Amino acid sequence: MTIKTRIVGAGIALALALSAAGCGGSGEEQVYFLNFKPEVAEVYDKIVAAYEEETGVKVKVVTAASGTYEQTLSSEIAKRNPPTIFQINGPVGYGSWSDYTADMKDSDFYAALSDKSLAVTSGDGVYGVPYVVEGYGIIYNKAIMDKYFAMPNKAAAANSIDDINSFAHLKAVVEDMQAKKADLGINGVFSATSLSPGEDWRWQTHLANVPFSYEFTANGTDVSGTPAEVTFQYGDNMQQLFDLYLNNSTTEKGQLGSKTVDDSMSEFALGQSAMVQNGNWGWNQVAGVQGNTVQAENVGFLPLYMGMAGEETQGICIGTENYFSINAKVSPELQQQSLDFLYWLFSSEKGKQFVTEDLKFIAPFTTFTDADQPNDPLAQSVSAWMNKPGVTSVSWDAMKIFPSQQWKDGFGANLLSYAQGSMEWSAVSEDAVTSWKAQAEAAG
Amino acid sequence: MRVSKYISKWFPLFALPTLAAFILAFVIPFGMGLYLSFTKFQTVDNAQWVGLQNYVLAFTENSDFINALWFTVRFTVVSVVSVNICAYGLALLLTQALKGTNVFRAIFFLPNLIGGIVLGYVWQLLINGVLQKIASQDLTYNSAYGFWGLVIVVNWQMIGYMMIIYIAAIQNVPGEVQEAAGIDGASFFSKLIHVTIPMTASAVTICTFLTLANCLKLFDQNLALTGGAPQNQTEGLALNIFRTYYNIRNHQGVGQAKAVVFFVFVATIAFFQLRFTRSKEVDG
Repeated sequence: MTIKTRIVGAGIALALALSAAGCGGSGEEQVYFLNFKPEVAEVYDKIVAAYEEETGVKVKVVTAASGTYEQTLSSEIAKRNPPTIFQINGPVGYGSWSDYTADMKDSDFYAALSDKSLAVTSGDGVYGVPYVVEGYGIIYNKAIMDKYFAMPNKAAAANSIDDINSFAHLKAVVEDMQAKKADLGINGVFSATSLSPGEDWRWQTHLANVPFSYEFTANGTDVSGTPAEVTFQYGDNMQQLFDLYLNNSTTEKGQLGSKTVDDSMSEFALGQSAMVQNGNWGWNQVAGVQGNTVQAENVGFLPLYMGMAGEETQGICIGTENYFSINAKVSPELQQQSLDFLYWLFSSEKGKQFVTEDLKFIAPFTTFTDADQPNDPLAQSVSAWMNKPGVTSVSWDAMKIFPSQQWKDGFGANLLSYAQGSMEWSAVSEDAVTSWKAQAEAAG
Repeated sequence: MRVSKYISKWFPLFALPTLAAFILAFVIPFGMGLYLSFTKFQTVDNAQWVGLQNYVLAFTENSDFINALWFTVRFTVVSVVSVNICAYGLALLLTQALKGTNVFRAIFFLPNLIGGIVLGYVWQLLINGVLQKIASQDLTYNSAYGFWGLVIVVNWQMIGYMMIIYIAAIQNVPGEVQEAAGIDGASFFSKLIHVTIPMTASAVTICTFLTLANCLKLFDQNLALTGGAPQNQTEGLALNIFRTYYNIRNHQGVGQAKAVVFFVFVATIAFFQLRFTRSKEVDG
């Protein structure tokens, strides 16, 4: 071989070695948390820095882009240094990832969970521990509501927001407000019912949770997994509330197919609407809109009343879709270190401070006292509803066992067709039932 | 024989990097993909063999895949024809002795530099704006809106690129041939049909291949512009595969099987298209 050949050969060998090293990444195993919530990605960077300073344990955090968690997790978990802490969305997520979820029943982290029934369990094993409680309902702007209640010519019987405790009251108030929208200075009572593809989850998941919740309770359905069939027997109730949204809106029905959740939230923030259905996570969005006219002390939740029997005692929808799981395929030491990190975050003073002040989570752990609650107004309203005497919250159990994203998307597309007038409610309802059966079977 | 001796001596060394890249980035993933289409899996390392079940499910579980196939075929036929006719027309126009042809070439090429997702969302706003004005409806009302919307977006995006290829080909047609035809009394159109088009047939081959493959594989624009609305009626094959994989539980294998069918379909069509248009080529 000539010198030249050797140089070229060495160069190529070096290039290959470098690219191989690039694929492999750093060889060392470590605690690795795959974060689901992009909106708090920067907070986690601060948290792991503080944790490393305190304990010397390095934690790697990677955040999946919005809406891509399953994809990211699928590829990350097949790598040589997989995530040791990841997130599942409840029993359905557990169904997909049960090969990878470790039993956490003996951990301090699980022991600190205040309501053990919230965890994802199978047999006597605990495979997912919820770390945040969230709530949703109809968010109202009290300033506009009070303006209405002070009107001399108002037609509705209710005299304050507290008088609205049923669909009948809600409907009377909303329809009268819509008639007087010019005097109230709003474009419509409800923000746009956003139904463009991918922006319809407030209806196909959150709103639908309520009728299905009542159905499962009424029929004594087992909610630990997706039932093979449903009847959607309270579909007409959902229709009542959905119609109220559509008919008393800022936006004509014809334009709903191009509206997004952002559009809706900014209408609310700008004071163009008095109500919007969303959850406590929406506060940052409202507060972040430029020209926001909504005061923090003026927002609160109303339950999703839809004319159910005994709904006077119905609360807002409170639950979680966020569970931490520990990767069962990594070494026991690493599993323990991961649990230690989580326990630190939700029990130490410093960790708790991050949770309430920066992550703004309502954390369902015994380590948190009433004083350790986030200061955002919607989170506080959730806590208030949770502890309101004589009121029962609607759980999130129903929507966690909807058969698949495909089902939700199909249902959302049908709701859009219904809003546009090209589909009858009976057809929407029928399709929800038949496609549930097909999807539940497919997921098998 | 010195040259060929050198080639045979150095060939392995120079082919190695490309070959390695090809094996790492194409052959191995493709083989894995093929294998996974016969399994039930959540991640690539917990696969269980299920035989042909995924392929059966892909076609029998519901009609979405067939509908998507039909949508893609219709869309591809319309778009391939319209893109190539428009691109050829513009290329002819911009190879005439006109003022400012270079500026126009640059302008027509620009859309090609914008990503599909961005284009999809921008055109969604534009088309919705128009539809709301004239019919107070939007793209989600009618699958025809979505279909023609996609045709418009893809035309707008691809015409410029194809035009550049056609311009290069037309400029390569020898002037003497054109002139001789002109002296013989050929009109503009008979020159076009009997001289220019046959002499640029190799560009037609390339352009039809590129548009065909891109239209069949359309994904970004589809996702951004219509997202399948209404009721999955504007869902192309690639989008259907993506959704099967990620949006239906335990259907990664079925999605993978659909992807293999998709590959065979695209490869077969592209192969026959290449054979057909090549046979029309003449040596320049």
